[in-house]
Amino acid sequence: MSIAKKARVAETRTKVRSARNRDRLIGLVSPLALIVLWELCVQSGAIDARFFPAPSQVAVKLVALVVSGSLWTDTAASLTRLFWGMLLGGIPALLLGIVMGLYRPIRAVFDPLVAATYPIPKSAILPLILLIFGLGEASKIVMVATGVFYPVLINSMAGVMEINKIYLDVGHNFKASRWQVFRTIALPGAMPLIMTGIKLGVGLGLILITIAEMVGANSGLGHMIWNAWEILSVETMYVGLIVIALLGFLFSLALTELERWLVPWKTAH
Amino acid sequence: MSDDSIQDVLAQAACVASAQTPPKIRIRNLGKSFETRRGRFAALDAVSLDIPEGCFFMIVGPSGCGKTTLLRILGGLESESSGSVEIAHSGSGRPENSMVFQGDSLFPWMTVWQNAAYGLVMRGRPKTEIKETVGHYLSRIGLSRFADAFPHQLSGGMRQRVSIARAFANDPEILLMDEPFSALDEQNKLLLQEELLRIWDETRKTVLFITHSVDEAVTLGDRILVMSAHPGKVKMVVNVPFERPRHVLELRARPEYGALVYNIWDELRDEVRRARAQDEEGVRS
Repeated sequence: MSIAKKARVAETRTKVRSARNRDRLIGLVSPLALIVLWELCVQSGAIDARFFPAPSQVAVKLVALVVSGSLWTDTAASLTRLFWGMLLGGIPALLLGIVMGLYRPIRAVFDPLVAATYPIPKSAILPLILLIFGLGEASKIVMVATGVFYPVLINSMAGVMEINKIYLDVGHNFKASRWQVFRTIALPGAMPLIMTGIKLGVGLGLILITIAEMVGANSGLGHMIWNAWEILSVETMYVGLIVIALLGFLFSLALTELERWLVPWKTAH
Repeated sequence: MSDDSIQDVLAQAACVASAQTPPKIRIRNLGKSFETRRGRFAALDAVSLDIPEGCFFMIVGPSGCGKTTLLRILGGLESESSGSVEIAHSGSGRPENSMVFQGDSLFPWMTVWQNAAYGLVMRGRPKTEIKETVGHYLSRIGLSRFADAFPHQLSGGMRQRVSIARAFANDPEILLMDEPFSALDEQNKLLLQEELLRIWDETRKTVLFITHSVDEAVTLGDRILVMSAHPGKVKMVVNVPFERPRHVLELRARPEYGALVYNIWDELRDEVRRARAQDEEGVRS
């Protein structure tokens, strides 16, 4: 590469990077602006502090909960359940989704089952899951798993089916085995949509873990929020909401980074 | 062409089948039909061909004449409805064929190097061999510096070069090329034709090359099969008398070149007209 060309490449890279940094900055500033506005509204008496405590009051509560260690215990409990639920639901969904995308007969078997069970609200099966798995950790993990399972499955399958047929022809012509087709074509080819599925799944998982913990748990962020309602500690409810929102935000950041790393040929554009 | 000149042509052609050596590819009464909503559609009908070892064999014909179907059957991507294809194996353990596809067929998720190495990796060849072979072909196509680039960072011509390197690196007995240059502009096409001939000269593998360009067929080929359309049939096989190695541009300046292109076009013109008439009829009905 000539020096001029190198400089040009470096210049466009810098441009891309600064645009990316700008997007990240905006992503941080917009929620902060909302918090400031809220504080002003409460201070001026424009909104009722009993229902919408000022961010400063919530912050005081947050510090208190951090100091007492209970916030950390609850967050850790939720995260652990979320993690195992993701694995329990995500990995089978990924494998089944790709296999369904690749092989028509397998799709014919599972497609109606997926279509029939997918629309059931996952929160509606919580009582059944509590009945089957009891009040312990298993029921929470299974709840998360059911939420993660469908978006990952459906997106993995769609991802494989959207792979240009010519790539499968190449695999066939170059004598790739079934496993090689799976690993070198189906999995990377479907990866952009699989990542979409995982993002949706994490979001749903967060919703479901909160619901599950409200009903049958004595730890976790959902339990913390429900407990706060019972003792009318509105600030604690907000702390719980903020932590959940923050977790969702961090997950989405982490998954975007993961996507850049796993799908360099798409995100490099 | 008079009978005499045809004899001359046969004598000069690089790959004339002789009675002693069996052909590399023997195709007999090959037929292929598809079921469509409007009934059975015959893509190929009673195609019989002998292609000698080491022959650069070109197939031209109007669009829809089943050229690609023929190549896909040879490449194992489709099965024949009737007739047979026999390929004489050298028994060296090399793959029977590798295909250069029409359009973008490089894996977008693999680098240039990984794409070029694909066949060898799938066959589980030793790392040192892969490194040497892929390195050789990437340097032959002038893309060594782009080994770590992704396909979307390359131009269309560069991508098609990688696709050719992928097929050559796999060291097949037969190369199947499906209009590999059809999406390229004229300048790029010329350069790639030269490059292809240069690389091919190293090994002189048997090549089946589909094109819709008569110029390309005469420039590259030892023999040209002219196909008729609906269903695809063998119309004629023409020998190309030009010596090798060839210089693509100089070749075009020769009067024999022009005469040969003209003769093939003359045959093809009726076929194209007939195919077009049938297409228009199909649209009307």
